[in-house]
Formats: sequence, structure tokens, C-alpha cells
Amino acid sequence: MSSYAKRLMWPVLVLVALIVINVSVTGFDFIVPHVNDGRLSGAFVNILRRSAPLLLIALGMTLVIATKGIDLSVGAVYAIGAAIACQMIIDAPDQSAAGLIFSAIALALVVTAVIGAWNGTMVAYFGIQPIVATLILMIAGRGIAQLVTGGQIPKVEDSSPFTQLGRGELFTVPLPIVIAVLMLVALALLTRRTALGMLLESVGGNPEASRLAGIRAKGITVLVYLVCGLCAGLAGLIGAANLGSADANNGGLWIELDAILAVVIGGTALLGGRFYLLGTAIGVVIIGTLEDTIINVGLSSQWQFTAKAIVVFVVALLQSPEFRGWILKPFKRRPAAPAPAKEVAAK
Amino acid sequence: MSDDPIVQMTGIRKDFTGVRALDGVDFTLRPGEIHAVMGENGAGKSTLIKVLTGVHHPDAGEILLDGRPVRFHSPGAAQAAGISTVYQEVNLTDNLSVAENLFAGREPRLGPFINFRAMRRKAKALLDDIGIDLNVAAPLSSYSIAMQQLVAIARAVDIEAKVLILDEPTSSLDRDEVAVLLGVMRRLAENGTAMVFISHFLDQVYEICDRMTVLRNGQLVGEWATADLPENALIGHMLGREAATLEQIERTAAAHHVEDEAPLVQATGLGRKGSIAPYDLEVRRGEVVGLAGLLGSGRTETVRLIAGADRADSGSLVFDGEATGFHNPRTASARGIAYCPENRKTEGLVGDLTVAENMILAMQASRGWARSIPVARRDKLVAEFIEKLDIRPANPDMPVKNLSGGNQQKVLLARWMLIEPKLLILDEPTRGIDVGAKADIQKLVAELSADGMSVLFVSAELDEVTRLSDRIAVLRDRELIAVLEAEADMTTEKIVDTIVAGGHGNE
Repeated sequence: MSSYAKRLMWPVLVLVALIVINVSVTGFDFIVPHVNDGRLSGAFVNILRRSAPLLLIALGMTLVIATKGIDLSVGAVYAIGAAIACQMIIDAPDQSAAGLIFSAIALALVVTAVIGAWNGTMVAYFGIQPIVATLILMIAGRGIAQLVTGGQIPKVEDSSPFTQLGRGELFTVPLPIVIAVLMLVALALLTRRTALGMLLESVGGNPEASRLAGIRAKGITVLVYLVCGLCAGLAGLIGAANLGSADANNGGLWIELDAILAVVIGGTALLGGRFYLLGTAIGVVIIGTLEDTIINVGLSSQWQFTAKAIVVFVVALLQSPEFRGWILKPFKRRPAAPAPAKEVAAK
Repeated sequence: MSDDPIVQMTGIRKDFTGVRALDGVDFTLRPGEIHAVMGENGAGKSTLIKVLTGVHHPDAGEILLDGRPVRFHSPGAAQAAGISTVYQEVNLTDNLSVAENLFAGREPRLGPFINFRAMRRKAKALLDDIGIDLNVAAPLSSYSIAMQQLVAIARAVDIEAKVLILDEPTSSLDRDEVAVLLGVMRRLAENGTAMVFISHFLDQVYEICDRMTVLRNGQLVGEWATADLPENALIGHMLGREAATLEQIERTAAAHHVEDEAPLVQATGLGRKGSIAPYDLEVRRGEVVGLAGLLGSGRTETVRLIAGADRADSGSLVFDGEATGFHNPRTASARGIAYCPENRKTEGLVGDLTVAENMILAMQASRGWARSIPVARRDKLVAEFIEKLDIRPANPDMPVKNLSGGNQQKVLLARWMLIEPKLLILDEPTRGIDVGAKADIQKLVAELSADGMSVLFVSAELDEVTRLSDRIAVLRDRELIAVLEAEADMTTEKIVDTIVAGGHGNE
């Protein structure tokens, strides 16, 4: 538990620093939400609402990265999920029928889960490197989304309940936040209340030892890619519902990179093994808050990418044991003292 | 050859955390000689070489190069001083040409440009010099490993190597390729290059080497001229006949067997091409079968087939009265076969996971991910085994990579004891661990077999095998050559004799 807390310390500190900067510029309104027209609002709530799709994708990505893998196709899968649901809804005569909405959502989720499982199968059973296996769908996926929408951007009527998925709220809390948090809780329970999390970390930490211990590594690998695909599809639905349309070319564009970024900021190593879902969630919020911070401190939006890069750089440095050792060196006691005692014990 | 030594190492000591890898080792290399460093795994061969090549720094002792004391702080410094190493895996760039590989980093130049014509000419001359003929413009990858090896040697020699270290250079070569390599080595020796040759192929060592230095358990056993050290004496020195420094383990050998009962393991003609010749092996219930043989003799390969870690391509395996077809580690563990692999770090443990997690891994794997072991039961089991095996520190939540070798081995043992297997396969369980843990593990093996568990026990230490085993399977050159009954008068000499005799039988 203490190692878990240590892992989360730096991301939390960075997030707190960002929040303090914003509060000092715009006042406590930034962080304190207020209820307006029966819906929770405020700058920070907006950040969370906007970050929900990224959180969903980053959670799936965390599990994939824990197995020493990576999923580059999530942005394209996002577009596919969005395209399927929107196209099915606009093709129907009554865009508000509950049955239609449910089946559109279900179809989109099933298809994206199958796509995820396909990625996992290529990695686990065909032995294709994850970056290559998922690169295929990263490229082909947007093509598939275009085929689904016939090259158009399907626009769902604003009156359709589907848009509530992105714009609605539950007990004043925006629905995207509710969904993303539920997914975080569900995945945390799935991995930490069962043995899945430990087996994942074992497979990612040492595949050969895991095989010799009798772990079904292939099945587990397919499962996490499936979950990752499903999360991407769900993110696509929320994004499309919010906009009321599905853009095959630009929906979820480059979101895979932000997701990987969030995972890394959250303390999960790209080398696989230990993973931190809560760390990933904090990483997502850091990325979201950063965008607002740039505007709030009066920088032009052109600064966005540069500022993001700087924050990533700082977090990466803080997480590097070499860097920490180097920077803390002058403050440490000289380690020479306990060494002789050890020497004696060894003899 | 009686010149002053080119390399003289005296009193070299090297400690790794808790383990003394080298303890006062001397090593002398003379110009133009080919000198073998012999010893089993963990004897300290590679540590000695790494000290010489600047990879490790000795904790004590002195290195003289050409009579002058030297201290290498990096492999680069050793190379600059004229000590080059050619490893088992070729350290060259596959997709560059032979000539480019030979001159990488020191290309002949024409102003700022590489003079390819001169480079090819010089490469040709260099290879001619050592007597091999290659198309120097062809990519290195178009040649066999043997030829790549020779290119690596040519490169090392050309960088004015006074001392050339060949670390297992022949292990992936066939007979003809070995002959070419040995020929090149002879030619280099005639030109005055001193060579250190490390190989577990005794026939090659006897064919090419002038002298040998034998190490065991990090200590110098001695240095001999090849002609003065017959093969059986060498094997004896390598494997050791250390007096029973460990507490004597009471074995009532084979007393608990029901003789007419069907054996637990019955392997018939089980084999795998390129790894182990087909063999027959029986293991009865409650029996400890030791596997003895030199490094590379096929000990590990033999047990990996039974463990399902590798797939056999011939023969059959009957386990517990049931024919097992092609099986994998998972089905093997479901049937009650547990395998503790030779290399704890790469094949056994998951370093980042905790002691507790590593312990329950096999049990959890057999239950599947959905059926987590209840926390209370898990904590109880883990605490029980930490106490039973005396694992220190007794902290179930510590990452297993922070434990010492002996304690890591115990964690691995606990993992398999948790599933209560019928057959426990231990591959070098006592290698590189301290004497106390070694004794614990040996005692444990004796206890488990007394309780009716069958054990396949692989060890490079003949003493250990002799002491623990009811029967001993002897291997040589990837072939099981004999199964000896361990009678009361079983000695390590008998095993050594069997290994030597088996070699002559093949000739």
C-alpha cells in the first residue's frame, strides 16, 4: 500500500499545483462547483466532463500496458463506435425510440469489443508485436468508420435521448462523469477483487515465468484488449452524443497519445507489470486541467502543446529514480556509514 | 611460450550482495598460449573474465598487463589496452556488410567520406590473413553464425588485441565450423596472440588448449598444462568432492517404496531434436532421482520435457498411470507436476510482485483469474510457508526482487509446494545461494520425498546429487547414458567414471 501511495504522490502533487495556479488566478470558483438549473457546473466540473472519454480510453490502455502491450487503435475504435451508433439512429424513422437507442448503443459496444478482441488475438495468438498489431486498425479503423457513415457526418436530432449520454446528468452530475467513474470503479473491482490484476501484472512483469507457473496468458491478453476496445467504443458514444454527430475522420483523433500520456503520468511503466488505475485517472485530470490553465494564466492557445510537453517532462523526471537520486543527492546522508556493518554480516 | 606473462591476475576477490563470486583467484596468461578457464556454472568463470575485461571491478587483488598494474573502469578501457572479447552471441550488426562490420568506428576515410574501396581491400586482406575467404561486400547476415563469429574475431584481432577472450564461441557451431574456428585460433596463437578459451566442450578444450585453470565455487582449484591433466581428473576438479560440510541428511534410501507399484513417471523414448536425445526414465513414488552431468549435457532439457516447459517431438510420457500427450506447463501443473526452473530471475519469479503474490501464483493460475484465493486463506498459507521455509525477511509484502538468492529460491519452492504436487522438479535449486539456505533446501527435499512426493533433482554438484538421490541419471553430450542405483557405497567418483566412460563409448 505504501508503494502505491508513493507512486501516486507525484501525479497528485502536480495536479494540486495546477489547481492552485488556477485558483490563484480565477478564484475558488474554479474548483468549487455550483448547481445551476439542476445541473452541476463550474470550471472544474467542465474539465471532468470533457475528460470523461479520455479517462475511459486511458483506463483500458492502462490494462493493456500492464501486459507489456499498447493499443494504438483506440482513436479509430472511438470513431467506429460513434459512427455505428449515429448511423443506426439517423437511419431509423423515429430517432427518439428507446429500443432504437439501446440497440444502437449495444451494437456499437459489441462491435468495438470484438475489434478489441481481434487486436488481442493478433497479439496473443499470432505473436504480432502490439504496436504493429494495433497500428493496422489505427489506420484501417477510420476507413471502416467512413464506410459505416458513407463518407458523411451523421447528425443525430438534438431531441433524441441519445444525446443525453453526452449532455445529460444524473442527480445533477453530468452523465459522462458518472459513466467514466463507474467504469473506473468497475475495472478496479474487476482487477483487484479478483485475481485478474495480479495475473496481469505477472504476465506483464515476466511472461516466461508466468507461462511456467501455468497462467493462461493468452486468454488474459485477449480479455484486456477486449476491455480496451469496449472502453474506446464507449468513449466514442459519449463523444458523439455530446456533439450529436460522428466524424469518422476527426472523432477521437490522437486520443491514443493522450491516453498513453495519462497512463505514464499515472505511474504505470510502459515496460509492463504494476499498473495504477487511480494514477491514470489523475493523469487524465492533469491533462484536462492543463488546457484550462493555459487559458486562465493568459497564454494564447498556441501554448497548449508546448505546455503539455513541459508538464509531461516534469512528471517523467520526477518519476525517474535516477533523476530523484541525482537531485536529492546533496540532501542525503553519506551512505558509506552502514556499508562496513553489512560486510561483517556477510562473512 | 615461457616468456613473461602478458596477463597476471593475483588474489582477485569479487563480492556481489551476499555472495562471494571470486575468492583469491590467480590467473596467468602467457603470450601465444591458448588457455582454458574451466568450471561449472557459478564457479566464477564469467566473473573472472568480466573482471579482466573491465565489466566488474575487483574488490581485492591485482591485475598486471605486460607487467604493469592496470585498473579498467570500463570494457572500453580494457579494449583500448588490448583485451578484446568475442561472445557466444555475435556482437555485430547484421545488416551491414562484412567490411563495414570489420571497420565500424574506424573506417578508412577520404576527407569526410568513407573510402569504401580501401575498406573492402583492407577487409579482404585481413580475412585472408586468418585464412578465411568471404565476400566482404555482402551483408553479414548472409553468412552463418560461425562465419560471423570469425568476422568478430578478425575485427578483435585487427584492433591490436594482445589478449583475445573467446566466451563459448563454439556452442552454436557444427563440427566443421568448429574445425575452422579452431584453425583460426591456432594461426592467431602462432602470431603471438594470447587467448582465453571458455567452452563446456571438453574435446575442444583438449584439442586446442595449452593450459587450463580450473575454478570451483569462486575459488582457484589449480592450473595445469593440458597434457598433465587427464579428463577424469579435470571433471573431478570441476565438480568437486568437497567433504560433507553440510549437515548429513538421513536418507533411508528407497525404504518407503512399494516395489511393484507402477512408477509415477514413465518416459519412453522422450526426446526433442537439437536439445536432448530420446531417453527412457522412470520415477517411482517418493523417490528422488538425481540428474548428473556437466554443463550443457542436457540435464535441464531432460526435465523440461517432463515439466511441459518444452514440447517433446518423440516418445511418450505416462504420468500417474495416464498417458500425457503434448502437454504444457498449465496441464502439467494440473496433473501435479511442479517445475522450479534453473534460472530463478528470468523463468521463475516475477521480480516486481511481492513475496506473497509470487507464492500463490501457481495456485491462483490453476483456479483461473475469476476465483481469487480468499484473503484470509492466502495470508494464512503465505505466513505458514514463510515460517516453514524460514524465508527472511518474513515480510510477505516485499517485492521478491529484493530478497537474496536463497530466499528467492525458497519463495519459488513455496509456490509449488502450495499446490501439493505429486512430482517436484528442481533444476539447480541450490546454485548461487548461501550454505545455510542450501542445507535447508536439501533437508526439505529429503522430507518431501519421505512424505511420498517424487522429486527430480538437477544439480551440478555431484556431492549433493549423491547424497539426496535414490537413483542417479547420468547425462553426457545431450544424451542420458546411464541410470545408477544409489547404493550405500555410491560415490561421486562413480558418477565421474560413468561420464568419462560414456564419452569414450561414443567415440
